[in-house]
Amino acid sequence: MRRIYAVLATVVLALATCAVLGTHAPAAAAENTLILATTTSTQDSGLLDVLIPIFEKKTGCFVKTIAVGSGQAMAMGQRGEADVLLVHSPAAEETFVADGFGLARRLVMHNDFIIVGPGADPARIRGTPSAAEAFVKIAASRALFLSRGDNSGTHAQEQRLWKAAGIEAEGQSWYQQTGLGMGQTLNVAAEKKGYTLADRGTYLALRSSLGLEILGEGDPALANIYHVIEVNAERFPKANAAAAKAFADFMVSEEVQTIIGTFGVETFGSPLFFPDAGKPE
Amino acid sequence: MSGEILTVRDLVVHRGNVPVLALPALGVRAGSVLALVGPNGSGKTTLLQTLAGLLEPRSGVVALAGEPLDSRGARAAYRKRVTLVFQEPLLFDTTVRANVESGLKLRRLGAADRAARLADVARRFGIAHLLDRSARKLSGGEAQRTSLARAFALKPEILFLDEPFSALDAPTREALIDDLARTLQETRTTAVLATHDQLEAMRLADTMAVLREGRIVQSGRVAEVINHPADELVAAFVGMETVLEGIVTSCVRGVLTVTVAGRDVQALGEARPGETVLFGVRPENVTLALEPGRDTSARNSFRGAVVRLAPRGPILKVDIDCGFFLTAIVTVRSAEDLALQPGREVVASFKATAVHVIRRFPPACG
Amino acid sequence: MDLIWEGIKRALHLLLTLDREVLGITILSLRVSLLATFISLVAGIGAALLLALNRFPGRRLAIALVNTGMGFPPVVVGLVVTIVLWRNGPLGFLELLYTPTAIVVAQAIIATPIIAGVSLAALQQLPADLRLQILALGASRAQMLWLIVREARLPLLAAVMAGFGGVISEVGAAIMVGGNIKGYTRVLTTATVMETSKGNFDIAIALSVILLLLAFAVNALLTHVQQRNRQR
Repeated sequence: MRRIYAVLATVVLALATCAVLGTHAPAAAAENTLILATTTSTQDSGLLDVLIPIFEKKTGCFVKTIAVGSGQAMAMGQRGEADVLLVHSPAAEETFVADGFGLARRLVMHNDFIIVGPGADPARIRGTPSAAEAFVKIAASRALFLSRGDNSGTHAQEQRLWKAAGIEAEGQSWYQQTGLGMGQTLNVAAEKKGYTLADRGTYLALRSSLGLEILGEGDPALANIYHVIEVNAERFPKANAAAAKAFADFMVSEEVQTIIGTFGVETFGSPLFFPDAGKPE
Repeated sequence: MSGEILTVRDLVVHRGNVPVLALPALGVRAGSVLALVGPNGSGKTTLLQTLAGLLEPRSGVVALAGEPLDSRGARAAYRKRVTLVFQEPLLFDTTVRANVESGLKLRRLGAADRAARLADVARRFGIAHLLDRSARKLSGGEAQRTSLARAFALKPEILFLDEPFSALDAPTREALIDDLARTLQETRTTAVLATHDQLEAMRLADTMAVLREGRIVQSGRVAEVINHPADELVAAFVGMETVLEGIVTSCVRGVLTVTVAGRDVQALGEARPGETVLFGVRPENVTLALEPGRDTSARNSFRGAVVRLAPRGPILKVDIDCGFFLTAIVTVRSAEDLALQPGREVVASFKATAVHVIRRFPPACG
Repeated sequence: MDLIWEGIKRALHLLLTLDREVLGITILSLRVSLLATFISLVAGIGAALLLALNRFPGRRLAIALVNTGMGFPPVVVGLVVTIVLWRNGPLGFLELLYTPTAIVVAQAIIATPIIAGVSLAALQQLPADLRLQILALGASRAQMLWLIVREARLPLLAAVMAGFGGVISEVGAAIMVGGNIKGYTRVLTTATVMETSKGNFDIAIALSVILLLLAFAVNALLTHVQQRNRQR
């Protein structure tokens, strides 16, 4: 009987030892690790799963992708806890760079935001060209609107639109904040038959299971623009400046821009993102 | 008689910060059995655990064969030479065999030695047929037998026993005390037994120490302590079943006459006439008959009625009302001969020498 | 219901075809949780022995802390560990954030009070004098501790199950300190959350089924050992 415990203990110890030693971590050399703070939309779309391995293979650098909201990604940058950001919250990004936290903010790609809602469209926003006007209609009809409420790029964009519409949505009974990522917020909207603002990529990826329709699109104010920003290594000596620059260069390289332009065509019939590197803002 | 194997000097033991034990001196002779008696809370268990090297005294010396236990290391080494049996059997959750061998394994004895000792103690305590049984499936008596076997298997230089029978019912206890007494005698094991049962002490021990509130109030040969209790509390505790209060009416050449409930009791001793005294009569010194006996040496003889019969193992305890209450101990056999039953009239006799007078205020006889 | 059925079929498919990514995630989950449980076992039983066998000032407070710790929210542990392990944080030089080791650390912190609390209860069930009895049989201090643990082995196995169950199913701290990095710190729970948020409900259910099977298998093994001993 004592033997059983000995065997059990050995098995546990052996497995445990594997866990420490055996993790196939290319991250062994810390200086060759890059922390990429990005948005859930880029991860959930699957784009990074395609791009990161290419970058890792090219540079031998191990990328730790931390997918959070744009707000949290920039907060990580402000504390020097990330080396490079891939985010989509232009106004906040400008402040971030202006405050000296980031260097070399470069345009990478865009897709667009869309207003989605139930096919019945209780606020009758279908066909409204202006996003702000559509928001006015939603508020006027007091139709349910689901907000991310998580300081993400999408949330920031949504708040800008409410401001343009001249409506104080927060605190209204028809305005609910999920505090969740894009995919989950879309699911909540589908369940509750409410409106929400979404990035096209995530919507397309989830469309089949949602039952929500695109009710507003095309307004230039709905552009969803992604920038790559290198965190200021002068402020944060521990930041991996070389790898950050390599990653930023990689994202705007011709090879990657081509991949971005074709990503998703096979699955969804149209690209999820449009490459923009080198174009004027 | 051989010398003392265990000696204690100026021992002071604290529990927390409270002093619970203070012993100027105590000794245990090799091969003898010392009974520690006293009420609950008198410090028996604390003394036993200190002697067994389980508690560290605040000050003072415990020494085994002249070697003092003055360090952690010395106590740890000492614990491999002695052992302690608790009130509860405290067996391990495994077989009886593994339990009996457990102490031997801890002391790193080889398998052959273990087997020999196991066979010996299993026979002595009658557990040979239980060896493969789980210790969880033993009766209380079997479990305590296993615990005793585990202790004797160690061949301890001193065996400490902390009320090992108090959780057992009477018949189980009687049989086990017999086996323990025989084993102690045959193995000539030195032992210290804590108990609050004077019959246990009488059957197992050579010497006796009475503890009260952390101090030894009396010690000596067992018969000496029982027949000459130092004070009324010792008397009550060592089992003087009959303790009476009376007034001394005369004191002539060492013979006292004490009046109790209108009857005169003769005793040996010194006291002033008119003084109130306590006196005790040990029940085993009271004899019962149907008619006043011709035995002239018994100066005290009282007619009375049996009030109560209480069986106590192989004997009976008989309470008799003869104006005051007397307790006698008779064998089952003589109880039958006398046809004892409640209400039966008998004559209770005891010698003047069997009356132990305890003066409450000890000034000398005038 | 269709979705759950689809998920189960998907899970079986992923398992039977030994899908490399799913297999990697599963093995990582198992390794991380076992190691965390093992560390917690040593620390938790150690703490329980300390608290059960000794009397010292502050002991009651320590027991109260252990009992509070049993219900400590994992996300709070995750947050604190993240802040401490940040590269600009107090232990940043260890470079542990967003590594499997960080998950092990967080999970061990979560499981230690659970195992300590259950173990303490188990040890306190033992007779108070057992420790002295073992010493009186001639045991050294180490032998005494080992025998005490062995006496409480069956309830201690329950402590192991509680600890393992707590960490393998934990998600909040794992995602915060591990970062859910693909092929590196992605474990079953964080992968399930991510797949759910991506709307891949079938894969999410498949991962959940694997998680359940894993938790069940480990607990079944421990229960088997426990019951076998009890029947003896």
